[in-house]
Amino acid sequence: MCIAIPGKVVEVDGARARVDYSGNQVTVNTGLVEPKVGQYVLVHAGCAIEVMEKDKAEELIELFADIEELGA
Amino acid sequence: MNEQLAKIVSYLKDYDGPEIRLMEVCGTHTAAIFKGAIRSLISPKIHLISGPGCPVCVTPAAFIDKCVEYAHMDGHVLYSFGDMLKVPGTAGSLSDHKGQGAHVEVVYSPFEVLEKAAAQPEVTHVVAAVGFETTAPIYGLMIREMQEKDIHNVRLVTAIKTILPALTWICDSQPEIDGFICPGHVCVIIGSDPFLPLAEKYKKPFVVAGFEPEHLLVTIYDLVRQIEAGEHNVGNHYKNAVHAAGNRKALDVLEEYYTPGAAVWRGLGSIPDSGLYISEKYQEYDGGSFGLDQDIELPPACRCADVITGRINPADCPMFASGSCTPTSPYGPCMVSAEGACGIWYRNR
Repeated sequence: MCIAIPGKVVEVDGARARVDYSGNQVTVNTGLVEPKVGQYVLVHAGCAIEVMEKDKAEELIELFADIEELGA
Repeated sequence: MNEQLAKIVSYLKDYDGPEIRLMEVCGTHTAAIFKGAIRSLISPKIHLISGPGCPVCVTPAAFIDKCVEYAHMDGHVLYSFGDMLKVPGTAGSLSDHKGQGAHVEVVYSPFEVLEKAAAQPEVTHVVAAVGFETTAPIYGLMIREMQEKDIHNVRLVTAIKTILPALTWICDSQPEIDGFICPGHVCVIIGSDPFLPLAEKYKKPFVVAGFEPEHLLVTIYDLVRQIEAGEHNVGNHYKNAVHAAGNRKALDVLEEYYTPGAAVWRGLGSIPDSGLYISEKYQEYDGGSFGLDQDIELPPACRCADVITGRINPADCPMFASGSCTPTSPYGPCMVSAEGACGIWYRNR
């Protein structure tokens, strides 16, 4: 039930933001975060629960750095 | 495949040490493990066990009954996430009652209810507010907005649970679990730090994972290496969304609007302080959420409780699939919910 999906912020309006999921846009509540246009937010049940600093490609690079740290 | 990722996959595939049991606490992880075919990539000596991480599956029948009661009342509409609709109460599910004319509507976001409440002031709008820490702040924001906009015709019937007391229960009752894949989206709210005392007390590693196959593989590798080395650290491989201290704003909302109290988990029983209830100050928004503890009698052969606590995997239950428990005619709640372990296993057989 705790599904959350990242989308890109295209517009911020007070406590709401317009978020784009590959062309599909929805309005989400931003009471728990302070997103800027262009950032990715993680959306759960119509509410942005966190701002994601990195896009998916950058995130994978960070994850592969984790593997190095684990000494693989 | 990335070279480092290929190395860890090869390590996990070739692992031939003592049997290792890892519990994924979150139902969304259970689904992601199937989607990524993770079991096919790792040694059969590394067991992935599904935990109690589906709020729908652990909610007792009395909660459904309360929602059904509201749905039949004149001048009331009951709103629920789709997941809850087919979960059996003592006298049928919300879906059954909707078929008989009860006022039940499915929502994607609880904020939709506030718009409906403003448009229909003569109706009482009741929300079946189920969830873990991921969803709990959202109901808190709803209450804040109701205050700001002077909305008084919405009530929340809550069944909100917190994961740490349940994990403590599992650590106490199932010492054979060697390490935990922590629930990524609960951790967005609470952070990874709250797992430190558990790791220290039970000498087991707790590692936060995201929901892509890469996240899960790195997390499983981290856990396996720690277990081999006798370490018990808290790790985080979902850094893009999870901070050590969690989301401060969301934690403030939890503190403002809720009070902890005992809650009943199907399969685990009543666990002190594992529930969140709307606090005294905001009681006018509560729809009677205390004491909804009574559960249905599950059919004798149903091993739902053992699935939720990770004692068996769904396929080990005699009712599973061949025993005629299927998503279209489910016996236990684990088969009903899209995030329930049995339902996920069934769809991925």
